[in-house]
Amino acid sequence: MSKVQDYPSRLSTPESRKFGTFSYLPPMSDDEVRKQVQYIVDKGFNPAIEHTEPKFARQHYWYMWKLPMFGETDVDKILAEIEECKAANPGHHVRLIGYNNYTQSQGANMVVFRGPVE
Amino acid sequence: MSKTYQAGVKEYRETYWMPDYTPKDTDILAVFKVIPQDGVPREEAAAAVAAESSTGTWTTVWTDLLTDLDYYKGRAYAIEDVPGHDDAFYAFVAYPADLFEEGSVVNVFTSLVGNVFGFKAVRALRLEDVRFPIWFVKTCYGPPHGIAVERDKMDKYGRPLLGCTIKPKLGLSAKNYGRAVYEVLRGGLDFSKDDENVNSQPFMRWRDRFLFCQEAIDKAEAETGERKGHYMNVTAPTVEDMYMRAEFAKELGTPIIMSDYLTLGWAAHNSLSKWCRDNGMLLHVHRAMHAVIDRNPNHGINFRVLAKLLRLLGGDHLHSGTVVGKLEGDREATLGWIDLLRDRFVAEDRSRGIFFDQDWGSMPGVFPVASGGIHIWHMPALVSIFGDDSVLQFGGGTLGHPWGNAAGAAANRVALEACVQARNEGRELEKEGKEILTRAAQHSPELKIAMETWKEIKFEFDTVDKLDVSHR
Repeated sequence: MSKVQDYPSRLSTPESRKFGTFSYLPPMSDDEVRKQVQYIVDKGFNPAIEHTEPKFARQHYWYMWKLPMFGETDVDKILAEIEECKAANPGHHVRLIGYNNYTQSQGANMVVFRGPVE
Repeated sequence: MSKTYQAGVKEYRETYWMPDYTPKDTDILAVFKVIPQDGVPREEAAAAVAAESSTGTWTTVWTDLLTDLDYYKGRAYAIEDVPGHDDAFYAFVAYPADLFEEGSVVNVFTSLVGNVFGFKAVRALRLEDVRFPIWFVKTCYGPPHGIAVERDKMDKYGRPLLGCTIKPKLGLSAKNYGRAVYEVLRGGLDFSKDDENVNSQPFMRWRDRFLFCQEAIDKAEAETGERKGHYMNVTAPTVEDMYMRAEFAKELGTPIIMSDYLTLGWAAHNSLSKWCRDNGMLLHVHRAMHAVIDRNPNHGINFRVLAKLLRLLGGDHLHSGTVVGKLEGDREATLGWIDLLRDRFVAEDRSRGIFFDQDWGSMPGVFPVASGGIHIWHMPALVSIFGDDSVLQFGGGTLGHPWGNAAGAAANRVALEACVQARNEGRELEKEGKEILTRAAQHSPELKIAMETWKEIKFEFDTVDKLDVSHR
C-alpha cells in the first residue's frame, strides 16, 4: 500500500466535473434515492426537481421541472416525478431539492440522475 | 426628594445590590463568576462588580448628585452558587439601555470587562454570558452575509462545507503555497485557508499569495465544475493596509477573505465586516488569542461571549472548537455556542452553559468552523455534532495524506458525503461510523489509505475548562 497513486482529475476530461452533494459517491441506487426522498419528507422540506444539460451544470439556475411540490409527502409521487422529468429530458442531470422555507435555503440538494458527459 | 452630599466611602451594596429588581427587556444582562477576596461578603462583591462595570467609583463625588445615578447604575440583582465550587458564585447584573452607545460592541465591553477585572475586592472574575436586548442586536451590523446567503453564493447545500488550512503555516513561497491550495481544491474541498499568522512576511508577500491562490481557485473551479474559495487573510498592521488587501482580493474576483478579530481589534474588524457586506465578500473569522481570554475557568471571558459579540460585529464563519480534535472543547459548552452563532432564538439552558434567552431578531447566522487536529475518523462524530451548517477543516488531515493534498481532499469529501447520506437514511453516525466509512472506502482508494494512515491517532486529554453543572 505504500505506492503513491495519481489523482486523476483533468480539465480535459468532462467526467472530472462534479455537481455538489453526493457527487463524490457512486450514483445512488433506486432504494438509496427513495431513502433521501423520505428524508426530505420527514424533515418537512418542500421537494422540487431541476434538470440541466451536463455542460451547463455550473450555472446557479437549472431548469425547473414544473413547480416545487409544496406540501407533497407521498414518496412514490415524488419518485414518479423524477422519472417523468428524466424521460422528458434525456441526457440531462436531474437533481432533487428540499426547500426549507424557514431558513430560506435548501436543506437538501443532490443529483439523483447523472446525464452522460460529452 | 433631593439628596445631600456626603463625602466618603460607602459600601457598594447600599447602592448596587438590588435583589428585588426585575430586569427589563431593554437591559443588557450579564452573569459573572466571582471569587471574592476572603472576608468580602457575596452581596458586597456582586454589588462592587455592578458598580465598577457601570457608574460607580470608589468614593462618592459631588457630581454624582447632578445626575440620576439610580437610573444609570448597573444593578446586581441575583446571586447563585456555582455547582461544585465552594469559593465562587454567580453574580447577575442588569445594565440599563442608556449606558451604552447603539451598535457599539466596543462600548459595551469597555464597560463590562473594563476596570472591574483588576478590581481588588475580587480575587478572580469571569464573564460567563451576556444577554443582548433586541434593540442592541438591531443596531449592530452583524454578519456580512450569513449562512443562507453563503450557501446560495457558493451553491452548496445539504451538507457541512469542507476546508483546509495550508501548512506549513510559515515559510512557503507564494507559488508553492498556491500549489497546495490548488491541490486541495481540485480534490474536492470547498475552501482552503491562510493560516492566521500568514499576513505578509518576507518569504511570501500578500499580493503574490493572493495572485497565485486566485489562479489555483480558478483552475480548480474549471476542473471540478464547483465553486471554490481561499480565505485570503487581510489581517494587517494597519487598517489602511487591511483595506488595500481586501480591495485587491475583490479585484481578483475572489469570494472570501479572512481576518483575526481579536488581534486585529474589534473596531477594525467591524469596519472590515461592513466593507465585506458592501462589497459582496464573504468573511471568515479566526480567533487567535481567544484562549488567553477564555481558557481559565475562573478568570476572563467565556468563549460563548466572544462568539456572541463576533456575531454582532460581523463574520460569516467563526472558529468554534471541534469537541473531538487537538484543541479545547467541552462538548456541551461547544454545542451551546454553536447554537448561539447559528440560531434565531436560543433559550436559556444551563446544561450547555447558556444563562439567558437570546433573541437574535433578523440577524443572520454564522457558520461555526471546526478546525484543528481532526481527520477522517472524526468525520462521523463531526457531522453528528455540528450538523449541516458548519465548516469542517482538516489541515494535517488533508495535507498529511500519503498520496498528497488532492487525494487527501477527496478522501475527506467522500467520507463527508457518505456520512451525510447515512445520516439522512436515519443511521446513527457515532455508532456506525466505522461501517459507513469502510463501505465508502470500497469506491475510494483515497479514503481507504487515509483510514489506514490515521487509524490510531487519538486526542484524549481532559478539558481544562469544563462546565460547572453538577455539585460534587
